[in-house]
Amino acid sequence: MALPTIPIIPSSGGCSAGSCGSSATQMSGMSDDIRRRVQDHPCYSEEAHHHFARMHAAVAPACNIQCHYCNRKYDCANESRPGVVSELLTPDQAIKKTLAVAAAIPQMSVLGIAGPGDPLANPERTFATFRALAEKAPDIKLCVSTNGLALPEHVEELAKHNIDHVTITINCLDPEVGAKIYPWIFWKNKRIFGKEAAAILIEQQQKGLEMLVAKGVLVKVNSVMIPGVNDEHLKEVSKVVKAKGAFLHNVMPLIAEAEHGTFYGVMGQRSPSPEELKNLQDACEGDMNMMRHCRQCRADAVGLLGEDRGAEFTMDKVEAMNFDEDFLAEAMARRVALRDKVAAEREAKHAKAHAPQLPGQAVITLHRPQKSALAGRPVLMAVAAKGGLINEHFGHAREFLVYEVTATGAKLIGHRKTELYCSGDDSCGEAESVLSRTLRALAGCEVVLCSKIGYEPWGKLEAAGIQPNGEHPMEEIEPACIAVWHEMLKAGKLAPKTESKVA
Amino acid sequence: MALEIVESCVNCWACEPLCPSKAIVEAKPHFLIVADKCTECLGDFADPQCATICPIEGAIVNELNEALNPAGSLTGIPPARWAQVQREISAR
Repeated sequence: MALPTIPIIPSSGGCSAGSCGSSATQMSGMSDDIRRRVQDHPCYSEEAHHHFARMHAAVAPACNIQCHYCNRKYDCANESRPGVVSELLTPDQAIKKTLAVAAAIPQMSVLGIAGPGDPLANPERTFATFRALAEKAPDIKLCVSTNGLALPEHVEELAKHNIDHVTITINCLDPEVGAKIYPWIFWKNKRIFGKEAAAILIEQQQKGLEMLVAKGVLVKVNSVMIPGVNDEHLKEVSKVVKAKGAFLHNVMPLIAEAEHGTFYGVMGQRSPSPEELKNLQDACEGDMNMMRHCRQCRADAVGLLGEDRGAEFTMDKVEAMNFDEDFLAEAMARRVALRDKVAAEREAKHAKAHAPQLPGQAVITLHRPQKSALAGRPVLMAVAAKGGLINEHFGHAREFLVYEVTATGAKLIGHRKTELYCSGDDSCGEAESVLSRTLRALAGCEVVLCSKIGYEPWGKLEAAGIQPNGEHPMEEIEPACIAVWHEMLKAGKLAPKTESKVA
Repeated sequence: MALEIVESCVNCWACEPLCPSKAIVEAKPHFLIVADKCTECLGDFADPQCATICPIEGAIVNELNEALNPAGSLTGIPPARWAQVQREISAR
């Protein structure tokens, strides 16, 4: 029996939002059937993304459209954004790499093909990968992310390969808007530009969505929020895709830096602020399930969301491995055992959540709803955490989870990266200190919870109006946030901002 | 009569399956067009297919060394703006 040459290291990093338990609002609007189908999928279920890892196999280099937020020179090790990879794989390589990752990371539950081009513009490569993996690792869910142009012609085949999850990027319904996002498409052996191109793309996306829903395939819709281009329009997109049966909408911020060489980056199109993104997500939420935990990962990402272990699984390492049947069977058994364990733990957590509330929570509002002492305003808190616990040093955090905390609980609304998307050398030059970047990234947050924090950042955070808090090390995120909120309430800091001076 | 792929090619494979003459081959450092086989799609398509899907401006040229997709034609970025941004980035 061959021994694995890559040690089994369960992922401990990744996102660790504690909100993803029973209170996770993202799942609340889903039927039991959908909930069951996404419960192990880190990109489809906020709760699952603490427990399960995914991998993107970069087998699909060709694309059939151009988006203004994309640059097809996609090979950059220092950039982290969709459409970028370090190493393009053949289907054979992708199959080996997937099996290697799934053997080394038992949390691995999903294999997605998302690029670096469009998976359905490379149908032979994409389906060859899916076919082999369905046979060799039948417990791994397969999913695909597409721009939708070639979707209708591939729906049959997708359904045949038992691909249960499809993501379509839909940025608009109006060709006028679309012409500002997509300069051209390749369609029926011609390159088509402008509004005409956008109209065809939109029609294909909507048709593909309807066909997938009719087949019972779960569809998530991704949208890129581009201020001044489609931000208002996305509210309508959200309504329409939900009406057609998409079960989750993921509004992501535009990533645009001049050094990426994209149209938007070079032309100075700005990205939305975290506040603008949240406002749009909130506005869409009335209509459907919104996803808040997306990390906009690379087309060759490996591991839990919020971490990338791609460097551990380069092809030279993978090619040296030997996969015999025993090895694959043992790896699968480990994955299945881990899934059972996680399912049991989640079951227990849910059961606990239905037990009577802890004292100190919003019970009083039942009796005095109008003049409740708990009617404090919502507060944004940034948390440096891993594995669901506040256990990161302020200076070591590569991302902060942002919670909106109210009398009724703490809800994950997003994350803020503390590093630049591109952290390379000269070509990505920047003179700002890490600390001032972090301060800017935390704009809008009033509190930062972390395990420890140094003297200098403490002072600078306070000066910026952000209260550092190191009093809850190793505690679970949600209860700690709620406790801090109650302290603020007691200290009279939570009067509605506009009324505080009048009163 | 033949088209040529030059060094700005990013090896994205988009052109390869479209060629009606099977004239495009994977090679290092970038894909190549076998000149003897290339017909510029005459008789098969109205537009040469490789240049019609290629996303990289300047990557495919004709026998006069003219880019079938000149700078700015695909991305919409005016070449002057591109040059200015490159200068700004290198000045940082």
